[in-house]
Amino acid sequence: MKRIRRMMRQMQAMFGGKHADAEMERELAAHLLLLEDEMMRKGATPEEARRLARIKLGGVEQVRIMHREERGLPFVESLAADVRFGWRQLMKHKVTTTAAVLSLALAMGSCVAAFRLVDALFLQPLPIAHAERLYVLSRQLIDQMGAPRSDDHWAYPDFVRMRDVSKKNADLIAVSYTNRYDLTFKTDEEMEKAYVQYVSGWMFSSFGLHPTLGRLLTQEDDRTPGAHPYAVISYDYWSRRFGKDPKVIGRTFRLGEQIFEIVGVGPKGFTGIEPGTATEIFLPTMMHPWVSRADASWFRTLALVAPGTALEPLRAKMDAVSRGFETERSKTWTGMPPQMVSMILAARLLMNHATAGVSTLQGDYRQAMVWLGALVLMVLLIACGNVANLMTALAASRAREMALRVAIGAGRLRLMQMVMVESAMLGLMAAGLGSVFAWWAAPMVVRMISPASNPARLALPADVRVLVVGLLLILVVILLFGLAPALRASAMQPTMALKGGEEMQMKRRSMYGLVAAQTAFCFIVLFLAGLFAVTFHRLSSQRMGFEQKGLLLLETESPHGQTPEAWAQMGEQLRSMPGVTAVAESGWPLLSTGSWNGSISVNGRPPSMTLGYFLTVSPGWIDTMKMHLLKGRAIATMDTFPGEAIVNERFVKDFFQGQDPLGKTFEKTTGSGEQKLLCRVVGVVADTPYRYLREEVLPVAFVPYRELDDKGIVKKESNGTFLVRTTTSDPMAMAAEMRRKVAASGAGFRVSNVETQQELIDNQTVRERLLAMLGAFFAGVALLLAAVGLYGVLHYSVMQREREIGVRIALGATARNIAQIVSARVFAMVLLGAGVGLMLGLASERFVASLLYGVKGTEISMMTLPAVVLLLAVALAAAPAVMRAIRIDPAVMLRSE
Amino acid sequence: MAGREKAVKVDGEGMQLLQGTLDMIVLRTLSALGPQHAYQIATRLEQVSEKLLNLNQGTLYPALVRLEQYGWIAGEWGRTENNREAKFYAITKAGVKALGEETARWRQMMGLVERLLNEEFQI
Repeated sequence: MKRIRRMMRQMQAMFGGKHADAEMERELAAHLLLLEDEMMRKGATPEEARRLARIKLGGVEQVRIMHREERGLPFVESLAADVRFGWRQLMKHKVTTTAAVLSLALAMGSCVAAFRLVDALFLQPLPIAHAERLYVLSRQLIDQMGAPRSDDHWAYPDFVRMRDVSKKNADLIAVSYTNRYDLTFKTDEEMEKAYVQYVSGWMFSSFGLHPTLGRLLTQEDDRTPGAHPYAVISYDYWSRRFGKDPKVIGRTFRLGEQIFEIVGVGPKGFTGIEPGTATEIFLPTMMHPWVSRADASWFRTLALVAPGTALEPLRAKMDAVSRGFETERSKTWTGMPPQMVSMILAARLLMNHATAGVSTLQGDYRQAMVWLGALVLMVLLIACGNVANLMTALAASRAREMALRVAIGAGRLRLMQMVMVESAMLGLMAAGLGSVFAWWAAPMVVRMISPASNPARLALPADVRVLVVGLLLILVVILLFGLAPALRASAMQPTMALKGGEEMQMKRRSMYGLVAAQTAFCFIVLFLAGLFAVTFHRLSSQRMGFEQKGLLLLETESPHGQTPEAWAQMGEQLRSMPGVTAVAESGWPLLSTGSWNGSISVNGRPPSMTLGYFLTVSPGWIDTMKMHLLKGRAIATMDTFPGEAIVNERFVKDFFQGQDPLGKTFEKTTGSGEQKLLCRVVGVVADTPYRYLREEVLPVAFVPYRELDDKGIVKKESNGTFLVRTTTSDPMAMAAEMRRKVAASGAGFRVSNVETQQELIDNQTVRERLLAMLGAFFAGVALLLAAVGLYGVLHYSVMQREREIGVRIALGATARNIAQIVSARVFAMVLLGAGVGLMLGLASERFVASLLYGVKGTEISMMTLPAVVLLLAVALAAAPAVMRAIRIDPAVMLRSE
Repeated sequence: MAGREKAVKVDGEGMQLLQGTLDMIVLRTLSALGPQHAYQIATRLEQVSEKLLNLNQGTLYPALVRLEQYGWIAGEWGRTENNREAKFYAITKAGVKALGEETARWRQMMGLVERLLNEEFQI
């Protein structure tokens, strides 16, 4: 209590210093008078009395100092003095200070921005009770190529068995992949999109969540397939879509053929379990069309483990049950090669932490984020190196001042405090600017990694975690660049500094060391950025085998199915629109990641281990896509599947051993093996990507969209995509008109999604583009910082050696000699740094390999290009200082000494 | 005891006085004699200690500031008998209470030290 009270008074005293000083002076004066009176009484002369009184009191000045120290907070006061002094020092070197603060701000801001992304995607726990006990189940198997593959799709009957066996130790929750579905709150003409997720009814209670409005789904909502048409919407969706209208409860919407009723609004902040995707509508798993199917895997299984449960026995129990399920199921897989069956049955169940949720975005960006983080850290180190050099140079220019301070008795700690205060001021200013940068940069990166049609929704809270990381960063940074100069300042020997010499030499040496380190980091950043840039370039400019420009894709549904003839008529209507040159139809667009596969059997041989891939296409498809027909003919109007097929070159190579396949047949075997679909090859097309840009070309058969069922009757199709070849450069502009045209046709068609083929391609290069762009950005920053740092060091060393250089010139050294003397050391350091950087870069290349496409670090150009760029930058940065050295006029120089 | 336990150098015999002790002595003086100014307190100290504690009178000031900041004493300007200006310090209620506590603690400490010293002599 009394301490707190005293602290308050001390703080007060710091501000009311003048008044308190006056008061003290008055008191001391009175005291002296009293003492003088006493001395006079004892018989001293007035002169003597004055002297004796002062002796008796003790040094007036000392009393003053003691008084002040006791009264205020001396540490804070000296700190305040240091801050004022430091500010003046920094302002004296405005340009260097600005450069240091800006470079540091950029680097620190990037660091915090990177942390915000990593935090949001991988670290932030889900806003649920006991997130730390949440696990996700997956199966790991070794695929036919011998590579490990992990799969977290589960089938509902399997889930039910695992849930039964683990009831005591864990709460199993089924959560489907969040998908963007078409639904309508009014009529079919007003379709809208929403992120929908099917979840176990008991998920909300297990997660300890409470409704904002109405009720949440319960176990009772998840009992009988198809019997619970209820929906819970997220708080976020409620605010955005309904403006927080409480009357939303009881409203209905149609999804597919089902009408759902909204029964409640979820808690604020809960948007499902997938970081990067904000689920808007939650439906019971029982409403999913595949909930009874043993052969459809469509959701993730989460396990909320009871406290104190041993994981391994639980895992083993579920593993055994799941394996039993698959073994039973495998008896019907007669058409599948036995090796593939045993491969699937060898899968091992794994439990992984899901505290931060699970999403595909995590998998796609885990490595990319790690490397971006590494780039950012290297930039930060380069910036710290710059500031350390700046501080050293500043300290050197103040060596005499420091020496004087030591000589008149300043303590070492006091000197350290002084220098550290300056560093801290730089650090804090940079942190202020940096946080503004981070504020802006993190959401921008999120926008960059998500296509406009399907935006990633990542919560980026500026919370305590970010603050703590930010503060830690500031501390580390200040220590990194401030400690060494502070220690050096405190170890100052006055005589040495006043003489100059040794000490200076040492400072230069440590600066050169930093130059080497900076160059090494800079080289690594340039090297990696180069690899990312080339990856993006090669991936996005690879030969597609078709023309994506001007191609508009209308994903269309016909809820009750339509005959191929009706689809063709609809296509004709679109074809008649102005600006349209061709229209075709296929099951789905290439590169939309849709896939359909099966084992291939040629000439009655056993089904193949490698799978063949399929796509249904209409007669005009190859022309509309502008694909290259190498042999044979295109699909004709009356061709059917099974019946005819066009295959690509890879298919010919894999299944016909490269021989002419025209007129030959193959069979597609379905999983159950009962059905063999015979196809005769009528044409061969050039290879094109099928699912993903990054994957090797797959063997693909394009089969007629006129499909026959097992009785030989033409099937009605309920899903398809119209490919519209337009003459405009912006086909999206025609989207609305086409939607109307389709809806107005009266044939029951409905456009569910419109996109361009170019968008699909761009979507697959999002990560590569991000890495290339940020890589280039950081490479630029790193290069700039390293150049600035180098310039600073050379400039400083020329200033230090002015006298020596002047003498050399006077003694007849040529410009070339001088340039050599000044820059030789630095260039040696740069070469050393670049060498080390190259080795580190090559060593790290192995770990980035999975992010690269069609490029290797060992390519000569990948190594020489960064080196050349770096050397150019170094030469540019060194030029001014060298010129300055050469221009030194010995006469002027010596006269000024 | 509050404050930094810095030793206050005492002239002459080289006897050292702990800072906290000085605080206690000042409080005791004020409680016994009523409001006093710094010169009076210093003089009183000299008399009582029979010149053993011949300290610079200025060393009193830090103690006075400290005690005032604790709220144990309060200063007020007034006039001496000779009509000289001086700041008179009076002990406050909190000061009286603190003096009681400090005295008790001091006695306890002295007793302990006494016992330890006696014990050493017996060995």
